[in-house]
Amino acid sequence: MTRHLLSIDDLSVEQIQEIFETAAEMHDVQRREVKKLPALRGRTVINMFFEDSTRTRSSFEIAGKWLSADVINISAKGSSASKGESLRDTVLTVCAMGVDGLVIRHPASGAAQQVSEWVDAVVVNAGDGMHEHPTQALLDAYTLERRLGSLEGRQVAIVGDLTHSRVFRSGVKCLTKLGAEVTVVAPPTLMPSGIDEWSRTAGFEVNYDLDEVLPKADAVMMLRVQKERMSGGYFPSPREYTVGYGLTRERLAQLKPDAPICHPGPMNRGLEIAADAADAAQSAVLEQVSAGVAIRMSVLYHLLAGEETP
Amino acid sequence: MSLDHSKTLIAGATLPDGTRTDLLLADGAILETGSLDGRHEGVERVDADGLIALPGLVDLHTHLREPGREDAETVLTGSRAAAAGGFTAILAMANTNPVTDTAEAAERILDLGRTAGLVDVQPVGAVTKQLAGEELAELGLMARSRAQVKVFSDDGKCVHDARVMRRALEYVKAFGGVVSQHAQDPHLAPYTSCCHEGEISGRLGLPGWPGVAEEVIVARDVMLARHTGSRVHVAHVSTAGSVEVIRWAKAQGIAVTAEVTPHHLLLTTDLLAGYDPTYKVNPPLRPAEDVEALRVALSDGTIDAVATDHAPHARHDKEHAFVDAAFGMLGLETSLQVVATVMVENGLLDWSGVARVMSQAPARIAGLDGHGGSLRAGEPANLTLVDPSVQVVVDRDASASLSRNNPWHERKLTGRVVASFLRGARTYGS
Repeated sequence: MTRHLLSIDDLSVEQIQEIFETAAEMHDVQRREVKKLPALRGRTVINMFFEDSTRTRSSFEIAGKWLSADVINISAKGSSASKGESLRDTVLTVCAMGVDGLVIRHPASGAAQQVSEWVDAVVVNAGDGMHEHPTQALLDAYTLERRLGSLEGRQVAIVGDLTHSRVFRSGVKCLTKLGAEVTVVAPPTLMPSGIDEWSRTAGFEVNYDLDEVLPKADAVMMLRVQKERMSGGYFPSPREYTVGYGLTRERLAQLKPDAPICHPGPMNRGLEIAADAADAAQSAVLEQVSAGVAIRMSVLYHLLAGEETP
Repeated sequence: MSLDHSKTLIAGATLPDGTRTDLLLADGAILETGSLDGRHEGVERVDADGLIALPGLVDLHTHLREPGREDAETVLTGSRAAAAGGFTAILAMANTNPVTDTAEAAERILDLGRTAGLVDVQPVGAVTKQLAGEELAELGLMARSRAQVKVFSDDGKCVHDARVMRRALEYVKAFGGVVSQHAQDPHLAPYTSCCHEGEISGRLGLPGWPGVAEEVIVARDVMLARHTGSRVHVAHVSTAGSVEVIRWAKAQGIAVTAEVTPHHLLLTTDLLAGYDPTYKVNPPLRPAEDVEALRVALSDGTIDAVATDHAPHARHDKEHAFVDAAFGMLGLETSLQVVATVMVENGLLDWSGVARVMSQAPARIAGLDGHGGSLRAGEPANLTLVDPSVQVVVDRDASASLSRNNPWHERKLTGRVVASFLRGARTYGS
């Protein structure tokens, strides 16, 4: 297994499957009355969040606790630059307390990778800016596999604000690795620069027309449109966005009835996803959340259980 | 017989045009050239066999961090780095703290430079007060000061308001000034942009800095220069599109000059893949196509000069997440080597061309008398001796700069500065 989990690039297909297999076992543990496993007893995991997060932080916290690790949350919001402390100093200070695993969320792309070069602890990227969110991609793919079986040859649409989305960047890598045929859909202003070249070399499709993509999809992943994008001139109005790219009630009818609908949350109901779609029987949104704990237990287990205590 | 230290005989140097000569330096000037063998016994002698003598290099674009950030660089340490890089004159950018936007501030830089005494430190004045882009700084008072400021720049920030830029261009005509523009439309490339906009920025999720944000300002400014009949200088040109615009403007007879940095002549945007802030610079490193266009433009004269954009930073200002880290990289000590490696080795410039782009053209653009000569008798003895035959692996710890943000660390470059002389006095080399 990889030493750190910074990007989906760190994982081979076999390693992803191994994480899924362990996650399935962890998933079973979640249904027990007593959920604790002793796997990480005596290990310390710090959740260091430089950015607000409720669900990812709680998910990592529960995952660590159910594995019997000592889990500490540190909220380090606000750039360390503004406090006069470098990021390197901030993380070295924390790690000097004796940390085995550092789960890091940071608003800047690349932060997790940089941190991994400075510290001795195992680093898990819990979202770095617009770059990657590998555990989200793993839990999404895991959720889809549980619904659909193998993803080989399956059509998956990723729809929404691709430019600013780490969920997209990790997701497209993970899904294509597992053999899915991914089509990404967004207005041109919300497509990352250079996506034509990128999609050609990485082997996914790009489309501006959701109505063309949706009927063929075996699964659809809707991305959140952040509030600040609405005033950023990326599209003329929320209403126009919904008409063009929202998973509306009308579009739900075009979707295959067994195609799972995923959303990393929090959802903007009525904007990128209609309530009918969010609450539909085919919606996988809550399964994603419970899979998230299992996947993170699996990741922490694989990265930390084998490690010798320093 | 005791040595006469007031004179130096440089024996057997090769001039940029390939001719071999001795140079006798005395009283701050080049007293004699030609074959002087045997005629000057008892003077200090430098054996320059196999070395190229270049007129002292002139840097249009240096950031010294004094006043304000003396932990990153001072006028003295920056001067040492400059002398080690073969420079005899450097232009100190205005974005210090406080900003060089008054006559007094400019004179202070001048005096600090004179005290250091290693290179001529010529202050650049801010175009606008506090670099805010709104009101003109006291350009005329800076020009009339002892510092005789001729080059004005808000470098680090773009003079983006077209009306302010127009007024600045008009106003400096009265005293033969020039505006050096940091071309970056802040609407197309906000100052948080830090990666060339393209596939790499898309993949890495870094805020994109599209080439067009530079090109629209360059295009606007050459038209303003034409309209006002004034002179504009484009700092750190980084894209093929800007080169096209400048080439067109020069063909129209518009008074535009341009500089390129060593790093934009060699380093490319793919270096950002590891998120190492050492490679974070503004404008950002560009793709290979731009690098190629810049080399050609420097070779054919579309780009007039190489300028380092030497930008020292304390280590802790680079040890942030990539988007939060400071912009800039060191350049003074390695720029000649980069030009030798990229331009001379590839046959794009000969050593006369190097003298042109690193000494004569920048001295002319900055209006610096006494620099950018041709190593003829009677000229001030500002020169540097270069060994063109060696290859050197750069070691960032072997630097006169106080900072270590050196993108050339562990790279092999061609050539080495052996000695530098400012008005006959040796400022570097033993």
